[in-house]
Amino acid sequence: MKTKIGIPRALFYYEFASLWVNFFSELGLEVIISPKTNKKIINDGTIAAVDDACIPVKIYHGHVINLRNKVDYLFIPRIMGITKKEYICPKFCGLPEMIKYSVKDLPKLINTKIDLMKKDNLLNQMLEVGYIFINDKKRIVEAYHKAKAIYDYEKSKLKLPLVNNTNNVVIMGHPYILSDDYLNMNIKAKLKKAGLNYLLPEMFDDDILTKYAKQYNGKVFWYFFHQMIGTCFYLLEQKLVEGIIYLSSFGCGIDSVVAETVERNIRRNCDIPFMLLTIDEHSGEGGFNTRLEAFIDMLKWRKQNENYISPYGNYLYTR
Amino acid sequence: MKITFPHMGTTYIPVKMMLDELNIEAILPPNSNKRTLEIGTKISPEAICVPFKIITGNIIEGIELGANTVFMLTGCGPCRFGIFSCLQEEILKDIGYPVEFITADRFSNYEGLKEFIDRLKEVSESNSTIKIINTIRKGYKMLHEVDELAELTNKIRPREVRKGEVDKKWFNFENEIRKTYGYKAMMNIINKYRYEFNNIEIDQDKDCLKIGLVGEIYTILESYINLYIERKLGNMGIEVVRMASASEFVKEQLDFIPFLKSDKKKIYRAAARYLDIPIGGHAIHTIGNIIRGTNEGFDGFIHLLPFTCMPEIVAGSILPTIEKEQNIPILSLVLDEMTGETGYMTRIEAFIDVVQKRREIKNEGKRLYWN
Repeated sequence: MKTKIGIPRALFYYEFASLWVNFFSELGLEVIISPKTNKKIINDGTIAAVDDACIPVKIYHGHVINLRNKVDYLFIPRIMGITKKEYICPKFCGLPEMIKYSVKDLPKLINTKIDLMKKDNLLNQMLEVGYIFINDKKRIVEAYHKAKAIYDYEKSKLKLPLVNNTNNVVIMGHPYILSDDYLNMNIKAKLKKAGLNYLLPEMFDDDILTKYAKQYNGKVFWYFFHQMIGTCFYLLEQKLVEGIIYLSSFGCGIDSVVAETVERNIRRNCDIPFMLLTIDEHSGEGGFNTRLEAFIDMLKWRKQNENYISPYGNYLYTR
Repeated sequence: MKITFPHMGTTYIPVKMMLDELNIEAILPPNSNKRTLEIGTKISPEAICVPFKIITGNIIEGIELGANTVFMLTGCGPCRFGIFSCLQEEILKDIGYPVEFITADRFSNYEGLKEFIDRLKEVSESNSTIKIINTIRKGYKMLHEVDELAELTNKIRPREVRKGEVDKKWFNFENEIRKTYGYKAMMNIINKYRYEFNNIEIDQDKDCLKIGLVGEIYTILESYINLYIERKLGNMGIEVVRMASASEFVKEQLDFIPFLKSDKKKIYRAAARYLDIPIGGHAIHTIGNIIRGTNEGFDGFIHLLPFTCMPEIVAGSILPTIEKEQNIPILSLVLDEMTGETGYMTRIEAFIDVVQKRREIKNEGKRLYWN
């Protein structure tokens, strides 16, 4: 029987999915991924996790609970940083501890340190993971290269050739919120339905974002901050979009700074509408929809009435 | 140039002294109070931690008193602290206070320390490097002296015979030192009050409970935001020990200098069983200090953290396991601008009752009732 390894479908799974899954299946393991987020996962996670953690971390707990009886190993890497000299949220560094002390009856955990901050050497770190299962360096290296190729291909596929059509709305936020459609209340489908195209920060080229992030006159030492501020300045200059929606999770330490900086820069420098939506485990979709619909209506009216100047002092929007 | 700087507990004493010595005019904002928090909350981002709000309030109160430059520490790490000054500069610009920020990075290696000295030199042109190094040394010494004085009061307060004497003296001390200028005069006041504190009549044989304060350093040191927890516990007859202090923090930063030895390694070793790498902020210190304190005869710990503090949330998720495995009571108190004093006190009193009963059971062995 094949050894089963479980990967929770949350947080950095969305960033590294194809790399991890292909790497482990190349090593001859059976990879089990938890199902898409659902009500039960959120509830389980909320009960298990520490109270003031943010909702994505709570959901991660839920996914672990979903997987714990189905697998022999759980892959919960300790991610210290994913780009050079840039930090990420400390909760990722302490994630193995949070899981270990909050969830009972766990299978064996694989919590290898993945640190791309100082040395950009993912191979060595994945070798360490591989040695847990087979003692064959050649095969692990081969598996890594195969998986990396697929991962790079998938990443490049995401990148968008710069389209300049109208009706674009950018959704900003952490990739693990934007990719989890249950958590973000299907915002993408809702925008599509209203006839708008959505853009995500991950669709823009990293080099462009890095270039634009340098315009910010402060230190940028978080990976996420760098991405968002880069996106913000890029949008300000290119005028690609008609509206900006920032999706943040309640209690997120990084968002509290980043959302504020982005909002201030947008409000100061241009007249693109900006909306900040905060989500947490209270799944009140009604309020969310109302605000989203109002925002979409406003975008449409802006365009419809752009050149409408009332000749006789009537209100602009009432007919 | 008139420099103001935010508060963190009593660190204003050495900072003011250093600026005095370098002939820079220092504007000392009033101690953090309700108005500070109100101003800070009004203009800060909604979800940021409460230290940011108070620090911003301090800066504005300093500007109102006439300052045109702000001195802030920054850093670079997973904690938000490093970004405070950038964000504050932007906020102040937006609301119409165009002040200049002088920032100093954390000085945890020779280059960092050199940069700090250069920065101070830039600000005060008339001073030589030797004088600046000398002033830093004096500041470091005074930081220790003030922290020692605060530790002394925490020892005496629960044992004093006439209640309220320590608090009164401490109030006078702060009032007096605020008005004093220069190293010598300030040192004299510290020495005078050390003598006075030592001469307070105390009950020598009183058996006090010993509670450690762990957690995020700002919430431990800034008494306004922790609602004067040291004073409150002390007046309930409990000996409080701060497990984090500004002097220890600076010592840890200066650890690279050969003859300075901090407790950093010991703390890391103690915490290793539960958390084996530093994850930013004071998470590993929280864990390490609790394990160390448990072996040193503490009766319980109070874990203070600001709401949405990222490193302390990780530490907080480990605490229930430590509580069980080490058999030590821990109370987590999350602080923000909405903290209500009554609810806060109720929880502390309940916690103290638990600790008290545990002590009694330990001393008396098995009881005749309740078993």
